[in-house]
Amino acid sequence: MTTSDAEITPELVAEHGLKPDEYQRLLEIMGRTPSLTELGIFSVMWSEHCSYKSSRFWLKTLPTSGKQVIQGPGENAGIVDLGDGDCAVFKMESHNHPSYIEPYQGAATGVGGIMRDVFTMGARPIANLNALRFGDPSHPKTRHLLRGVVGGIGGYGNCVGVPTVGGETNFDAAYNNNILVNAMCIGLAKSDKVFYSAAKGVGLPVVYVGSKTGRDGIHGATMASAEFDDQSDEKRPTVQVGDPFTEKLLIEACLELMALDAIIAIQDMGAAGLTSSTAEMADRGGVGIKLNLDHVPQRETGMTAYEMLLSESQERMLMVLKPEARETAEAIFHKWNLNFAIIGQTTDTGRMIVTHKGQVKADIPVASLADQAPLYERPWTAQKPPKRILAEWVPAAPEGNLAALQTIMSHPQACSRRWIWEQYDHMVMGDTIGRPGGDAAVVRIHGTQKAIAACTDVTPRYVLADPEMGTRQAVAETWRNLSAVGADPLAITDNLNYGNPERPEIMGQFVGSIKGMADACTSLDYPIVAGNVSLYNETNGQGIPPTPAIGGVGLIPDSTRTATIALKHDGELLVAIGREEGHLGQSLYQQIICGNLEGAPPPVDLGDEKKAGDLVRAMIREGWVNTVHDISDGGLLTAIAEMALAGKIGVEIFSYEGKLPPHAIWFGEDQGRYIVACGPDRADAIIERAKLQGLPARIVGKSGGAALRLAGEADLELATLAKAHEGWMPTYMASI
Amino acid sequence: MRSSVIVFPGSNCDRDVKVALETITGHPVDMVWHQETELPATDLIVLPGGFSYGDYLRCGAMAAHSPVMRAIVVKARAGTPVLGICNGFQMLCETGLLPGVLMRNRSLNYICRDTWLRVERPTTLFTSTYAKGDVVSVPIAHHDGNYFTDIETLDQLEADDRVVFRYVDKQGQATDISNPNGSQRNIAGICDPTGRILGMMPHPERLIEPILGGTDGRPLFESITQNLAA
Repeated sequence: MTTSDAEITPELVAEHGLKPDEYQRLLEIMGRTPSLTELGIFSVMWSEHCSYKSSRFWLKTLPTSGKQVIQGPGENAGIVDLGDGDCAVFKMESHNHPSYIEPYQGAATGVGGIMRDVFTMGARPIANLNALRFGDPSHPKTRHLLRGVVGGIGGYGNCVGVPTVGGETNFDAAYNNNILVNAMCIGLAKSDKVFYSAAKGVGLPVVYVGSKTGRDGIHGATMASAEFDDQSDEKRPTVQVGDPFTEKLLIEACLELMALDAIIAIQDMGAAGLTSSTAEMADRGGVGIKLNLDHVPQRETGMTAYEMLLSESQERMLMVLKPEARETAEAIFHKWNLNFAIIGQTTDTGRMIVTHKGQVKADIPVASLADQAPLYERPWTAQKPPKRILAEWVPAAPEGNLAALQTIMSHPQACSRRWIWEQYDHMVMGDTIGRPGGDAAVVRIHGTQKAIAACTDVTPRYVLADPEMGTRQAVAETWRNLSAVGADPLAITDNLNYGNPERPEIMGQFVGSIKGMADACTSLDYPIVAGNVSLYNETNGQGIPPTPAIGGVGLIPDSTRTATIALKHDGELLVAIGREEGHLGQSLYQQIICGNLEGAPPPVDLGDEKKAGDLVRAMIREGWVNTVHDISDGGLLTAIAEMALAGKIGVEIFSYEGKLPPHAIWFGEDQGRYIVACGPDRADAIIERAKLQGLPARIVGKSGGAALRLAGEADLELATLAKAHEGWMPTYMASI
Repeated sequence: MRSSVIVFPGSNCDRDVKVALETITGHPVDMVWHQETELPATDLIVLPGGFSYGDYLRCGAMAAHSPVMRAIVVKARAGTPVLGICNGFQMLCETGLLPGVLMRNRSLNYICRDTWLRVERPTTLFTSTYAKGDVVSVPIAHHDGNYFTDIETLDQLEADDRVVFRYVDKQGQATDISNPNGSQRNIAGICDPTGRILGMMPHPERLIEPILGGTDGRPLFESITQNLAA
């Protein structure tokens, strides 16, 4: 039956990334030697990237349900309820490996891919975010990678016309050879108009729409599941090329068709292209699919079945249509100048059968590509949690606290990201009410008073020191950032980036992260509804720090009741809410001022976290405050400085009279804290409300003037600080 | 009054400008597909921002040759007001309805930020509710907004009072630092000799509500209402 177009040798199997025992399993499933095409299909579907074979066991332990959840993990994206029949569809996904090899196209296609995951479900994308990690700024490739990635994210999102409203960026030498590009998209849909990928029904047309298929990106999923070595640049041809213009047309055409009653199932062609979209749709629908590749729109001549099935050409979708809707659907796609081709049909055989030029090229039981893919419970070792560093052990700032503040705020880790987000159109669609640079982005739900808040966060140095606590912190920080703009945090998506899971210590980081995430999600009623795992982020045996990027989404019921970080008036009092313990271990102060990083990361008390967030959110809703900032990287002084810079109003910072060393108070990164600004007559009442929740609160300063002032130190003029804070990145990018 | 917003494949500010027109003028807006060869009866034609035809070849170049553009040029020459914002300004230059070109920003980067504009000419139907010399905040979002033309044309534009908006600092000074994209003479928007065709890179439709960060874009639409809805 199948023509074996090449002899299947152990070398060929190994080149396809299949381990000997996995190949054995393949032979048992097939009952015969596979054709090359079949080997290729198994290779991508059983790759780490597509099968989650190292992570599935642990991912199942995460909390994924809640009354707000409409769709949890397992679909193209997660869905949460926004009330009034609206829902938010969102997910985050990595494009790490391709972005290192070809930063512009790698990042651009990452954005394109995640948007397709969202509009596939019937949602109009309304906001993009990202989480980026680069190597040390002094590394020769960092500038090129930063420029390319930012250019690619902007180039794609700007053209499609979806605002890129938020994100985060870190630099660390541990990412020198493995940058991380995690893209998140949020879409808006009607809860009764959501589309899924389950191809239910037999004898229905399977339709291909979008761009033509070329030879680009073949084996991208396999590349994303392997470590890099010095020859990785040679993999450039496997990076796909994006066409945001076609994506824009595809969005409009799909949404136009979705408004009609025509689609049974729809799925984008992402990693492993036609193969995975076919297998996933068939598997979820419990059917088989017969494909005839002769009908696939092709960009190049002479493509083989193997190439067409494994191509990762962008901007393509697969749909199962109601037969009577064919003409209407075809007319819509032709109006938008997009390809539309019926390339197969659903069957009751439970098999994926692919023919090309009259020959059967693959005949595989669908379930073997999905549920029956290998599953590993990999050995892992937990790392010993490091000891807490006492504030007294960390030296005071040699040049004074305000000088240390300026050093921190002009350091690559904490300087302004304006150079990045000004290259993203963050206002298109006319509903961005919380722009980049705040705690969370806020995007109004078009035509309503409601708004969505969103942010991405993780502090890899915390996670490296203690994966469980560090990941708990990452979840809590997104929750806090959403609360700081007055949103009800609803749910998260994650992007779990780690090294080689076959090493027990790396697997231990992963397991620790899962536990920390589960704790935080459960305590905060903040389930995880979608996510992505990126493993093998290693080069020459050197892994990245564990980086579980968390994307949080929240709802603001009344967009006139929100808060920003910018100080708004002279003469307001700044009240800090939350427990101050002067925790300097793993702090930016330790890293930048003391030149080392050690000890435990700051602990997160999820009970206090919840109380503080609920209090701040209530005060925003009641109109008590509209200036709020969470205290995170760089501690209290950095938070105050950010509020002052954003509002262009100075602050007289009140001296600290307690037992802890002052520098630990100014720069400690104790968790679960916020600063709010209020009129002088309201401060006592706020402190009283905090006390009722068992939370300490105190007045830390008063707004006014054009400088930051701290008793016993020279004033730090805002103009000077702004120049230092804003200056680093443009200067760095302009230098050769 | 009726407005027509032209929708090209790749337009992405079409909805934004429709919302601004509807909410501020209070009059209906027709969305006109690029393959139409005739326009509905209209008092105003708007070429919206975005990436028409992907901005492949050159920004606005393919839109300038689209079927609907022939009808627009005819109407414009006959006096129907035309507003081109961002990609729409680029199209107006490509059709020759306005002189000059929009080159790549001098930083070579895409830039999205609020800019200060000085209203140079309040005597067009788009700017009559501004006062001369008003300094207003309107955002830009483009990769190719660096206005260029030859010196003679520039001098002519100035002599004819056809520079409508200029990039300035908050104090209203047209400095090099306040010029976000390298445009000659800080030009942000120009009009044709009749003052009925306006092309501008900044997006007035993006700042029409306090919650969006400002309302300095509103007067442009209020001027349109005042002059075309009477």
